Amino acid sequence: MSPFAKRFMRLRGLIRKESLQILRDPSSIAIAFVMPVVLLLLFGYGVSLDAKDIRLALVVEQPDAQTSSLTSAFHHSTYFKSITFHTIQPAERALVTHVVDGIVWLRSDFSARLLNHGDAPIGVFVNGVDANQARITQGYIQGVWQTWLQAYARQQGHDLAIPVRLEPRIWFNAAVRSTDFLVPGLIALIMTLTGAMLTSMVVAREWERGTMEALMVTPIRIWEITVGKLLPYFILGMGGMLLSVAMALWLFNVPLRGSFLVLSLASALYMMVALGMGLLISTVARSQFVAGQIALVATFLPAFILSGFIFEISSMPAPVQVMTHLIPARYFVAILQTVFMAGDIWPVLLTNAAALLVMMVIFLGLARHKTRKRLD
Amino acid sequence: MVVPAVLTITGLCKTFVSGKHTLQALQDINLQIQAGRISGLIGPDGAGKTSLMRLVAGLLQPDNGEIQVQGIDVFKSPLQSQSVLSYMPQRFGLYEDLTVQENLDLYADLQGVDQQQRQQRYTELMHMTALAPFTHRLAGRLSGGMKQKLGLACTLVRTPQLLLLDEPTAGVDPVSRRELWSIIERLVKEEGLSVLLSTAYLNEAESCDDVILLHEGCVMGQGTPLSFSQPMQGRSFHISSDTLGKRQLQHRISKLSGVLDAIIEDEQVRVVTHTRQVPDLNEDLAHLADARVEACSPTFEDAFVAMLKKQHQGMSLNIEPTTSQSNLSDDTLIEVRHIKKRFGAFYAVKDISFSVKRGEVFGLLGANGAGKSTTFRMLCGLLPVSSGELMVAGHDLRHASASARSRLGYMAQRFSLYVNLSVMENLNFFASAYGLRRAQRTQRIAWAMEVFELGNYANTSSGDLPLGFKQRLAMAAALLHEPDILFLDEPTSGVDPLARREFWERINALAESGVTVLVTTHFMDEANYCDRLVIMADGEVLAQGTPAEMKARFRSDELPTPTMEDAFIGLIEHRQTSMTEVTV
Repeated sequence: MSPFAKRFMRLRGLIRKESLQILRDPSSIAIAFVMPVVLLLLFGYGVSLDAKDIRLALVVEQPDAQTSSLTSAFHHSTYFKSITFHTIQPAERALVTHVVDGIVWLRSDFSARLLNHGDAPIGVFVNGVDANQARITQGYIQGVWQTWLQAYARQQGHDLAIPVRLEPRIWFNAAVRSTDFLVPGLIALIMTLTGAMLTSMVVAREWERGTMEALMVTPIRIWEITVGKLLPYFILGMGGMLLSVAMALWLFNVPLRGSFLVLSLASALYMMVALGMGLLISTVARSQFVAGQIALVATFLPAFILSGFIFEISSMPAPVQVMTHLIPARYFVAILQTVFMAGDIWPVLLTNAAALLVMMVIFLGLARHKTRKRLD
Repeated sequence: MVVPAVLTITGLCKTFVSGKHTLQALQDINLQIQAGRISGLIGPDGAGKTSLMRLVAGLLQPDNGEIQVQGIDVFKSPLQSQSVLSYMPQRFGLYEDLTVQENLDLYADLQGVDQQQRQQRYTELMHMTALAPFTHRLAGRLSGGMKQKLGLACTLVRTPQLLLLDEPTAGVDPVSRRELWSIIERLVKEEGLSVLLSTAYLNEAESCDDVILLHEGCVMGQGTPLSFSQPMQGRSFHISSDTLGKRQLQHRISKLSGVLDAIIEDEQVRVVTHTRQVPDLNEDLAHLADARVEACSPTFEDAFVAMLKKQHQGMSLNIEPTTSQSNLSDDTLIEVRHIKKRFGAFYAVKDISFSVKRGEVFGLLGANGAGKSTTFRMLCGLLPVSSGELMVAGHDLRHASASARSRLGYMAQRFSLYVNLSVMENLNFFASAYGLRRAQRTQRIAWAMEVFELGNYANTSSGDLPLGFKQRLAMAAALLHEPDILFLDEPTSGVDPLARREFWERINALAESGVTVLVTTHFMDEANYCDRLVIMADGEVLAQGTPAEMKARFRSDELPTPTMEDAFIGLIEHRQTSMTEVTV
């Protein structure tokens, strides 16, 4: 047999072994397919950064035509679910006991002042525990209030004298749905899990069970062991990616504005980076527990917190922003959010892909350099 | 006849550094292995056997020295040397989630075996290992002995020139051990293989063509088994007595001046003398008047122990039984009735029953995975029983495990010591864990330091102790609260023959003073130290009784004096035939 044929035979043997192990080991299936589904459902349905159906107390001390026109504006808004009170005390109690998130207070002189002076202040209380939610609630109340004022003024035959009129347009995510940027970002997290965590643990398992020792003494080359591990887990990771994209598009109706080909190529590149991290971890960790811990702290958590997946990088403190440049997931999340929400914006895609390429070369190179066919 | 060397090792040194500690694993090893032979690398755990094996396999880098396999330098061209040798690591290197066939295919792929040749080779291997009916079973579901044979088959998918086997027989039952040996012998004869295997069982030395004796990283000798035992000719004797119990007899004899070593072997005492002289029993007239002395042929172990004792001269042991009268009573201390332990769908212990009397040394004998440790943990109240009854010192463990536990001492398999605490700190900790009061604590710790001769090591971290001393410390810790019952789980696994002897002397002394001792072991010869024992396999009790009774069952014309190992093998074979009868 030619050396090439033997090489091919060794590689085929390793890949077949690895694939059989993946198919028979419920934990790899769980990490590669069950975890993505759970995470997607959790983030797709459970975690929402939008304010919708905000529970609002409307306090109307003296109901009449004017107040009912304003309260109906709140009732018709999709952002609010309102309850009407006639005095402020029960409304305050409702705010304290979390029955409502905010109060809009129309005092007894509301209609009188409106008719006489054209100037009728309303009282607004918002629960500020969740600062983000409070700001959004406040904004929405203001929006409803302003729209109503304009309509009221037109009805009275004159325009409302507002010196600067705001005409907002929201780009890329016109509906301001957080699902549209959370779900694409999640793909980065899922691929980190398969590429880095699962792979490093699988190699550590071979050390733990003593099978690596037996492999090392066969005529196998280091790069064959590396490729034998990379290929099956690459396919597994890409499978997880396809599953996530399918769920994103058809279950959560996230738009894909860029091309699928670009998305696949970028994912393949990131998968190689993640696998490189996994293999690098496995050169130092010889037990599954240690490998899992290192992978969690060094790859998964940074991908979660520092990648811009949930927390916007530009609003982080400057030193932390610098640190995020070391996190591969950062570049991939940028690519994902661009491809899904904006389209194939080449300058953005290419710079981020270049960063990923550099990281892939570093991680795989280091892993290859540190892997020896020896035990010490 | 000059046989060419298949393996040459010159000036090999290896040290391991971890943190501040350096461990000299191998010191200046020089040896040659001849082709077409079985060479045995023999020595207790920690002797450096595995390090040497891994160095030959090219898995470790030496500090100094050279290894050549078939003239190929292992460190300069590892891939070339790995293509002429096969290596089976200690845990066989099998993928437990692959089937027998898939494991074979993988190793055939890795070793580059031609597709055409494969089928024939597989057939041969499956026939040799008797694994043919199990080719589609997952390797993880095989028994210990079958795994070991599959591991061997995987290293043999291609015929190597040198076969390295690292402790292939460790922990498997004697039947599987015998089978493995016959496979290896066949391979050497039929395929002209050269084999280097390591083992901690000294009695396996006799099956090797060439023996390398390794101790504390040094080669103590190399030669045929006979070349070791021959010089001992005329120094080995069997002594038996009708009136004295064998433990008493052994104790008396070990006190005689000309005696180098005395151990219990079957129903008599085996004695090795300092010189070629019959031991003078008249020194101890009162007790040994009726003892009979017979010369016997020396074994490899006699030679090894004589060598070790020469090195450690002056380290003599002085353990006196505290009360010399044997106070075996009919008082039953442990009563086990039909206990079972289930883990998921798997029964680790299936319906076993036995009872232990006060002051007995009671043994649980069996291979790894026979259910000994599980039984032990249930007896100590560490594991709840799935069903059955268990009374320890009059307490039902299901209801009163705390009060029952205060009366027992337990020494776990890997000596549960805090490795970064010193000997003194360990003893202090265990004393407080057992709730000993100040005065009592000081007194018991002083007792432990004296009896177990730990004085020189009081401030050494227990992790740095030699294995024999770790074992002493663990036993001292288990005895601090003066328990009535002492549980010892595989106490002698991995310690050298001297430490094992010393350990059994202590057990004898404890038993004579009225402590009940339960011990598990997979060393067949140690069973002879027990008053009574059960033999276990696959979670079942195969037989129980005194060692003499068990051996008597297998006495025949061909086998007038069966050993414990013969009895064990007989029991396993008997069970297998009765099982096939049931299935047929």
